[in-house]
Amino acid sequence: MNYQFEFGWLFEYYPQIVKGIAITVELIAVGAVAGISLGIFCAWVRALGPSWLKPIVAAYVELIRNTPFLIQLFFIFFGLPSLGLQLDELQAANIAMIVNLGAYSCEIIRAGIQATPRGQFEAGASLAMTRFETFRHVVLVPSLQRIWPALSSQVVIVMLGSAVVSQIAAEDLTFAANFIQSRTFRAFEAYMVSTIVYLALAILLRQALAAVGGLIFPRRAAR
Amino acid sequence: MIEFTTWDILRNLLLATRWTILLSLVSFVGGGVVGLALLFLRISKRKSLRSLAKYYIELFQGTPLLMQLFIAFFGLGLFGIDVPAWLAAGLALILWAAAFLGEIWRGCVEAVAKGQWEASASLGMGRLQQMRYVILPQAMRIAVAPTVGFSVQVVKGTALTSIIGFVELSKAGTVVTNATFQPFTVYGLVALIYFALCWPLSKSSQVLERKLNVAHRNH
Repeated sequence: MNYQFEFGWLFEYYPQIVKGIAITVELIAVGAVAGISLGIFCAWVRALGPSWLKPIVAAYVELIRNTPFLIQLFFIFFGLPSLGLQLDELQAANIAMIVNLGAYSCEIIRAGIQATPRGQFEAGASLAMTRFETFRHVVLVPSLQRIWPALSSQVVIVMLGSAVVSQIAAEDLTFAANFIQSRTFRAFEAYMVSTIVYLALAILLRQALAAVGGLIFPRRAAR
Repeated sequence: MIEFTTWDILRNLLLATRWTILLSLVSFVGGGVVGLALLFLRISKRKSLRSLAKYYIELFQGTPLLMQLFIAFFGLGLFGIDVPAWLAAGLALILWAAAFLGEIWRGCVEAVAKGQWEASASLGMGRLQQMRYVILPQAMRIAVAPTVGFSVQVVKGTALTSIIGFVELSKAGTVVTNATFQPFTVYGLVALIYFALCWPLSKSSQVLERKLNVAHRNH
């Protein structure tokens, strides 16, 4: 093998790399906040919501969980314009990530809600709380606390999955790697560096989510 | 312009689905073999072997599958190996699936009660005998449902191999779209075919989980 590894030239391309990282981070930030919110709403519907809405949400969750993210992205970006819904790359990428995380987090949060003892609902009712208030204060927060580690893992998985948005020319980190590769033909270095950046992002994201969890969930009282 | 019927589109997509199924099977079986090796490293007595397996799993779980595919496809080429897309796709998917299966199975082995290790050790069994006769038979029962569940991730993962040019269902979807200019119909059908492949696996995973748990409770 007479290939010489060189990484120094990558500095020339750092604006592209930084821009790519910024877009990947933006995608996951928007995706996580809106996706988890959608997931909470869907979990509420599946556990306690109106019965006409339940099959619709169930179909959405099953459909998304059993098809590849790439196809969801292509359907949104290339398919929806036939219905007159034209989106730019970033909007399509954002919507795809929200829709995807919404379905996965719905199942995770529902598991947390189902693990709530029945007595909690009765306790809420006995305090004259409405069903919604009971859900919001008594059920949801402890449920989220219970499943926070699983939810964090899912957010990291969705962040790593976001690499495919480069395929609709959203200028994320993978897009930057592809751009550098096509300019320099140094595929190995370009992909190696972006892989390391993704690994670092995954580790940072996991720690950030753990920190967020520590902030929003008060430590349980000692028993 | 040539008109394409929905049947023309569907037939071409179904022909490409063969490759999705074949690649999924290869990745799942190959990933299982490597994953089993990882499992043994992960629970070995030597700390260096344990951390080796841990780093492997963190690397493959902490980076995008797409990057792993790119590195297999472009990286191997540097060593003077001519890499066809199917080889890079199979290799990357096997290594990726192994990391997840190894970690799933480790959880199952750890779910076997500690006393089982001690009891079998007290019978003078060696490490391998303990695994073979006492631990694995119990762990396998716990592992069935999550393993079937992970096969869904493998089928969906094969969609990414279209990006390095392996012609399977997703790539066929792109090709057919370019020929027919009907992205809504084509990608809708592609999604439905993936759903038809994955949904039975998801469902059977759920059913198995319920069945095995109920059986467990009756002990």
